[in-house]
Amino acid sequence: MKFTLSPLGDQAIVIEVGKKIDISSERKVKAIVSRLEAGSPSWMIEYIPAYTTVTLIYALQEFSKEDSPYGAVCERIRELLKDVKEAKAVQQKIVNIPVVYGGEYGPDLDFVAQQNGLTVDEVIEIHTSGDYTVYMIGFAPGFPFIGGMSERIAAPRRKTPRLKIPARSVGIAGMQTGVYPIETPGGWQLIGRTPLELFLPTEDPPSLLAAGNKIKFYKITSEEYEGLRGGAD
Amino acid sequence: MIEISKPGLHDTVQDLGRHGYQTFGVIAGGAMDPYAHRIANLLVGNEETEATLEMTLVGPRLLFKEDGLIAICGGDLTPTMEGLPVPMWRPVFIRKGSELRFGATKEGCRAYLAVAGGLDVPIVLGSRSTYVKAGLGGLDGRALIKGDVVQVMSASGLAEVMKKRLSSDASFRAADWQIAQKFLPTLSNHYEIRVMRGRQYALFDEASRHRFWNEPFTVSSQSDRMGYRINGPALHLEEAEEMISEAVTYGSIQVPADGNPIILAADRQTTGGYPKIGQLSSIDFTKLAQAKAGDQLLFKEVTIEESHRLFTKQEMNLKVLLAAIRNRFS
Repeated sequence: MKFTLSPLGDQAIVIEVGKKIDISSERKVKAIVSRLEAGSPSWMIEYIPAYTTVTLIYALQEFSKEDSPYGAVCERIRELLKDVKEAKAVQQKIVNIPVVYGGEYGPDLDFVAQQNGLTVDEVIEIHTSGDYTVYMIGFAPGFPFIGGMSERIAAPRRKTPRLKIPARSVGIAGMQTGVYPIETPGGWQLIGRTPLELFLPTEDPPSLLAAGNKIKFYKITSEEYEGLRGGAD
Repeated sequence: MIEISKPGLHDTVQDLGRHGYQTFGVIAGGAMDPYAHRIANLLVGNEETEATLEMTLVGPRLLFKEDGLIAICGGDLTPTMEGLPVPMWRPVFIRKGSELRFGATKEGCRAYLAVAGGLDVPIVLGSRSTYVKAGLGGLDGRALIKGDVVQVMSASGLAEVMKKRLSSDASFRAADWQIAQKFLPTLSNHYEIRVMRGRQYALFDEASRHRFWNEPFTVSSQSDRMGYRINGPALHLEEAEEMISEAVTYGSIQVPADGNPIILAADRQTTGGYPKIGQLSSIDFTKLAQAKAGDQLLFKEVTIEESHRLFTKQEMNLKVLLAAIRNRFS
């Protein structure tokens, strides 16, 4: 597999496998992550996978005796990733995410419908029938970057971001859909909310979702939502 | 045991960060000024990874419920006890029932208080660091408030020796030495910061690249543990380009479309989609952490090789320092 290496500051290195978000980059990233997990070298502190890159954070102290620590890091990575092959298509875990759409849970659902000349029910129908993939977790704890949303329900970000978006809100921004795990400011159009916690600070791993997971959204009522929350709110 | 009798502007428990969970979007966090944090720990006989109290611009008042051995490093937030200044960068014995008062900053931005034994808050995902936005770590995942009580773990044998030697009937007694001048940071209102070229450096137009290295930037008031917004010449790409999000780290200098750079800091998000013109040399995180709104930053280009040399030299200095401290007390 071909990749390039370049520094991200003096304690991290970016392994780049392509310049485009596509299935090949996704499989290469996956293969590299599996190899890093399996090798788990002592000089690796952690890694951050993204669409076309895996960034590895290294313990610089371990290279202090080298004439060129950066050169040594590159060498070790090339050695570690020797003959790594693009991952084959594998059956991915499917995570079902219940969503109560509209109303106080999704105040921008009407806007998304109007924007696309659809009824609210059509927006829900399209959103729940999508075939979604989690490309990466980033930005905030447990926050999934999800690909695969239909262009028919795309909507621009809000001109003025909200200062507070309730935790577990489901939103749309351009061609993307996603779920805010924790309360944050944000500019996405909010179409609903899930009772599921995406960020699980007391569990290991602390995230419901992982890169590569498939997602299915399904519609629930506000009564079902409250039931699933079990008075947690 | 320490009680917060009056909180400062933003007091949080921090250690050297939460590692291994960035793949799940959990930020690394940790002390903004890891250098000051580490030295404070060394001075009270702690491992450098123990949790300290990070204080910002205006510090708190702290009531010590038992005898303690402390060290204060970093920015000068004018610590006093009973009206007398408490010296920094050295071990200080504090008698039970005394109140340590910090005021507004005289120099720098952040001070670190280490207590022999280390601050005892639960370890969450491998770290005691407070990440306020996710309510994680520290004391209930938030900045300290009036009436909070922070527990302290048992001091090391080395610390017990120090404590005994400095023990006094007065409310506090500082060691009559401090760490050598060459280990102290130079605090001022302008900092020269060493920076490597960022991953997208070449995409910026020539004028922007030239101005980046030659004109000063001013730290804006919109700066916190997550990142510093800085004002100066606007920086632009040769051609507008939509970037694919990728990892960012402490010291990544991102430039959004408006042209005003943001230097990401300890509580940065794990990934970002803006082009990065530069990357701070990690040896200068301490300068960034001590820069406050209105201070000027001038970027000086270094290669990654130079940056690694500086880092290795600093690690060697810290080893020498640790040996010197041990010598004082054994």
